[in-house]
Amino acid sequence: MTGITEQSIAAPRLPGRKKPVRKSAYKRIRRHWQLYAVIALPILYLITFKYVPMAGILIAFKDYNVVQGIWGSPWVGFKYFNQFFESPNFWLYINNTLGISLYGLAIGFPAPILLALMLNEVGNGLFKKSVQLVTYAPYFISTVIMVSIIIMTLSPNVGIVSKFFQWMGVENTNFMGMPGLFKSIYVWSDVWQYTGYGAIIYIAALAGVNPELYESAKVDGASRIQKIINIDIPSLIPVSTILLILNLGNVMKLGFEKVYLMQNPLNLQTSEVISTYVYKVGLLSSSFSFSTAIGFFNSVINLILLISVNYLARRLSSTSLW
Amino acid sequence: MFRSSKIRESQGDRLFILGIYALLTAVLLVILLPLLYIVSSSFSSPQAVISGRVWLFPVEFTLDGYTAVFRNPQIGTGYMNSLIYAVAGTTINVVMTVMLAYPLARKTFYGRNVIMVLLIITMIFEGGLIPYYLLVKNLQLLDTRWAMILPGALAVFQVIVARTFFQTTIPDELAEAAELDGCNDIRFILRIVLPLSKPILAVMSLMYAVGHWNAYFDALIFLRSADLFPLQIVLRNILILNTIDPTMVSNVDIFLAQQGLKDLLKYSLIVVASLPVLIIYPFVQKYFVKGVMIGSLKG
Repeated sequence: MTGITEQSIAAPRLPGRKKPVRKSAYKRIRRHWQLYAVIALPILYLITFKYVPMAGILIAFKDYNVVQGIWGSPWVGFKYFNQFFESPNFWLYINNTLGISLYGLAIGFPAPILLALMLNEVGNGLFKKSVQLVTYAPYFISTVIMVSIIIMTLSPNVGIVSKFFQWMGVENTNFMGMPGLFKSIYVWSDVWQYTGYGAIIYIAALAGVNPELYESAKVDGASRIQKIINIDIPSLIPVSTILLILNLGNVMKLGFEKVYLMQNPLNLQTSEVISTYVYKVGLLSSSFSFSTAIGFFNSVINLILLISVNYLARRLSSTSLW
Repeated sequence: MFRSSKIRESQGDRLFILGIYALLTAVLLVILLPLLYIVSSSFSSPQAVISGRVWLFPVEFTLDGYTAVFRNPQIGTGYMNSLIYAVAGTTINVVMTVMLAYPLARKTFYGRNVIMVLLIITMIFEGGLIPYYLLVKNLQLLDTRWAMILPGALAVFQVIVARTFFQTTIPDELAEAAELDGCNDIRFILRIVLPLSKPILAVMSLMYAVGHWNAYFDALIFLRSADLFPLQIVLRNILILNTIDPTMVSNVDIFLAQQGLKDLLKYSLIVVASLPVLIIYPFVQKYFVKGVMIGSLKG
């Protein structure tokens, strides 16, 4: 109660303060010292767990050893970067990483848009709700379980997919052991898992379309397909551009978790990507500096990609990240 | 709205919508059938699963797979550990996220732009695996429960989502009015901001909790002791690496002597491990949708 009365007393004073005198930083901080006390802990976290590791990139340019530590170890310049560029598998890993990413993008980017466009056609009944409920669900399956489902359904003799193929007359195959199939298995299982969740944002964008547009389209005798092409798709362009920039800018950042779990000795030739290589070199064989150099190289390429894709988007359309 | 129109739909449109219903039904089945197959297999006899007689519904109903799961001490420990990490981790996550997001939502907060820039930088550039690992090692957190909670104490993306929410729902005038009343900032956060932010707190908690429950990478690189392993690592060992710890064989020795039961255990394990998330999922679905929406406002 007092809050309301005092506020109303304070209100007439507001016009007088319309042009606030800019208070000095010291005064502003002192007045809200509690906010600074509150934010101190998260800031400490950011410095410790985000910025200290960035400084740790130094070891990419050093011969890191545990005894001398990060600061004491001797500088070696670009030795480890050169070692990576000259290694026989350099292009293989880059190719695998980009190959999986771009294949994934080519299928995984349009899939949620298609699903959203289709769902937008079927009204708001039980059918739409059930499709949504079911298609979101796989998003919550953990990577470990997802990969085990893949392995189990594809395993020779006992897997349901293998059984299906055998029933069709195809001879017994070890799908996970075929290097040529790795990318497809990776990408299509991702589509299975994430399309529904990815569609949420597009469904919302479609729900925000002005109904008058549909009305006038109807009056003009537009068919459903014409309505989709002329109203629905244009309304999705801003959101999809942003997501495309983010995705293209992250093609080198192919996630470690799923690839690593899907690897086996038979498919390594196509399944070894930069993130899994960084892990193996760094933590399994303890070549800390070499591994950091590879990771840093990857981050830099990724950053350059993100900036250039964003630049292109800004030049070609009105939508960009910054 | 389009269907209830007075103008009759053309033949082409009707065919088109029929095609869409057919396609969506296909999508529905493609997602539902594998899930149904796993659940049905987990309740079927090992022989039925192996010989391929299970397609949609359980054949020769049995709970043997589940018995084996519950007799496995590793799975029990993993389940408990995952619960601990999820509950403790999520609590810390939510507290830290609010502590960072709320001051940044106040327009009068001196230094907010600098801190925002610092946040965005962490989203586009990172130190990488080894520096991250060495940091945790130097902090003496390796192979402790803290390694599962502290390094991921907050997600910058969630901070930005929460900040957007605070900015749009809690006007600065409200804070000023409270200040005139002698309400200090901390009390304002506790008494006004938090009660007004229940939707976003719910979304955030769920996102974080699911993340903790499903994560395995940090455990893979930071943990060595089996008694600290979260469920996902146990799952990986059993489901993907196919290793069954000798310590558990003593208990379910007889059962596991049969290869079939080992496979059956996998199906049951998948069901048991996904249960917590899949049970709460239908209830929280609308919140998740909301979370995605707020996040996209200022993506």
